[in-house]
Amino acid sequence: MVFVIITLIKLALIAFILLTVLAYLQWVERKVIAHVQVRMGPSRVGPHGLLQPLADVIKLITKEGVMPPHVNSFFYLLAPFLAVFMALISISVIPFGTQLTIGPYTTMMQLTDVNVGILVILAISSMGVYGIALAGWSSNNKYALLGGLRSSAQMISYELPMSLAIASPLLIAGTLSLREIVNSQAGYNFGILPKWLIFAGPFPQIFSFIIFMISAFAETNRIPFDLPEAENELVAGFHVEYSSMTFAAFFMAEYANMVTVCSIATLLFLGGWHPLWPAAYGSNFVAPLILFVAGAVCIYHGLNPARPLDRYTLPAFGIIFFGLAGVMLVPFLVPILMPLFWFLAKCGFLLFVFVWIRATLPRFRYDQLMGFAWKGLFPAALLNLLITGFLVALAS
Amino acid sequence: MDIFFFLVFAAIALISAVNVVLQRHPIASALSLIGVMGSIAVLYLLLGAEFIAMAQIIVYAGAVMVLFIFVIMLLNAGAEVRRGRSWTSQLLGIPALLAFVGLIVLFVQRGFADAGYVKFGNFTGGSAQSVGLALFTSYLLPFEVTSVLILVAILGTIVLARKEMD
Repeated sequence: MVFVIITLIKLALIAFILLTVLAYLQWVERKVIAHVQVRMGPSRVGPHGLLQPLADVIKLITKEGVMPPHVNSFFYLLAPFLAVFMALISISVIPFGTQLTIGPYTTMMQLTDVNVGILVILAISSMGVYGIALAGWSSNNKYALLGGLRSSAQMISYELPMSLAIASPLLIAGTLSLREIVNSQAGYNFGILPKWLIFAGPFPQIFSFIIFMISAFAETNRIPFDLPEAENELVAGFHVEYSSMTFAAFFMAEYANMVTVCSIATLLFLGGWHPLWPAAYGSNFVAPLILFVAGAVCIYHGLNPARPLDRYTLPAFGIIFFGLAGVMLVPFLVPILMPLFWFLAKCGFLLFVFVWIRATLPRFRYDQLMGFAWKGLFPAALLNLLITGFLVALAS
Repeated sequence: MDIFFFLVFAAIALISAVNVVLQRHPIASALSLIGVMGSIAVLYLLLGAEFIAMAQIIVYAGAVMVLFIFVIMLLNAGAEVRRGRSWTSQLLGIPALLAFVGLIVLFVQRGFADAGYVKFGNFTGGSAQSVGLALFTSYLLPFEVTSVLILVAILGTIVLARKEMD
C-alpha cells in the first residue's frame, strides 16, 4: 500500500515537473535563438517573457480545433495521441538521482527501475514513429504524406547507428539497467578524472557519444535533420493539417523526445548524477556558487536598470537565486540535491546544444541525410562497436 | 494478478488478430497487427522473459511494422473492395478452419502430453545474458545460418534495386 502511494506521489510530481519543463523548454529555445540572432525574443508577457509558455498553452487550448473534411478522422485523431503518449511514457524508466529517504520510507528517484531499462526506451522510441507516420498519411494531403514518409524512412535509418552507439557503452557497463549503468561510472581515475564512459574503460566512448547525439537529432526531427517538417519545401510537413491541441501534442512530443534522448546520453555517457570532479575538491559547491553569481548579476543589473521594469523584476530574481543557493548548502539536503543538480546540469547542457545547433546550422538535403546515415554514420558505429567489443574482450 | 493480465492481453491479441483480417483498409490491418505484436510482448513479460519481450517490440512492432506501414503509405493503397466470395469458400471456410484448429490442438496434446501448466513469473531464462549465451553456444549453427540467410536477402535486394537504377 505504501508502495502504491509513494509511486502515485512520484508519478504526479514527475508528470508535473516534466510538463512544466516541456513548456519552458520552448521559452528557452525562443530566447536562446533570439539572442544568437541578436534579438530580444519573447519579452511582453510577464518579466522577460517568462509567462509566455502559459499564454501559449491557454491560446492553444482555447483555440478551435479544426478538423478538415478530407481526413481519415479516426487515424487523424489517433496520431497526435500516439505521438505524445509514446514520447511521455519513456520518462518513467529514467533515474534522476540516488535514493531518497523521508522518515521510515526509502524510495529511488525514478518511477520504476526496470532491469532492461535501456531496451524499454529503445522499444518506446521505435514505436514513436507511428504517430508522425499516421499523422502524415491520415491528413490526406500530399505535403503531409511526404513528411510522414520522410519521417519514417529517417527514423528507421537513424535507429540503426543509434542502437549500435548504445550497444558499445552497454558492453563496458555489462548491464541493461539504467541505474546500474550509472553506478558503474562512479569513482575517479587518478583521483580527479571521472570514470564516465566517454572517458573511461578500455576504449573511451567519445565516438559512440558523438554518433548517438547525431542520431538523436535525427530521431527527434530537429534541425539539421528536420526534413519531415521542412518549411521551405513541405509547408509544415506531417502536421500541416493540425490545429489547436492536436498541433500542440506534436510539439510536446518533440520536446519530450528531446528531454528523453538528453537524459539517455547523460546516463549512458556522461556518468548520470556523478559530479565532474570529486566532492573532496568541492564539487558540491558548484551549484550554490552558480546560483550566487546569478543572483549577484541580477541584483547588479537591478540597481543599474536598462529598462524601467528591471528595477523591480531583477532584484526579485536575485533574491530567489540567493535563496536557492542557501537551500543547496543545507547539509542534510546536499546528498539529495547534488546528484539531482549534476543530472539536470548535464541534461540541460545537452538540451542547450540542441537549441544552439538549431540556431546555427542549416537543413540537410534529403539524399544527403540518407547517404550520411547509411554511408557515414552506420559504418562508423559498426567499427566503433567492433573495436569496443574487441578491447572489452581483451580486458576481461 | 498475473492471470488477470494474461486474460486481458490474450484477449487483446486475439481480437487484434481477428481485426487484421476484418479491417478493409491495409493501414488499419497493419495497426491491428502491431496490437497483436504488442500484446504478445506483454505475454512474454508475464512469463519473465523481459529481454524477449523488448526485442519483440523493437524488432516486430517497431522496425518490421514501420516498414509495412511505410510501403502501404508509399503505394497509397486504398480501402479494399469486398467482392462476393466463391461458393467453395462460403461452404468450406468455417469447417476447414475448425478442422485446422482441431489438428493443432491434437498435435499439442499428443506431442506435449507430459508438459505441465505454465506458471507466470517462474520462468527464469529470459535475461539478456542467458539469451545471448544460448544463442552463441547451443544454438550457434541456426543463428549463423539465419544471419547468412539475411545477408543473402540483403544482397538480393541490392542487386534488384541496382538493375532498376541503371
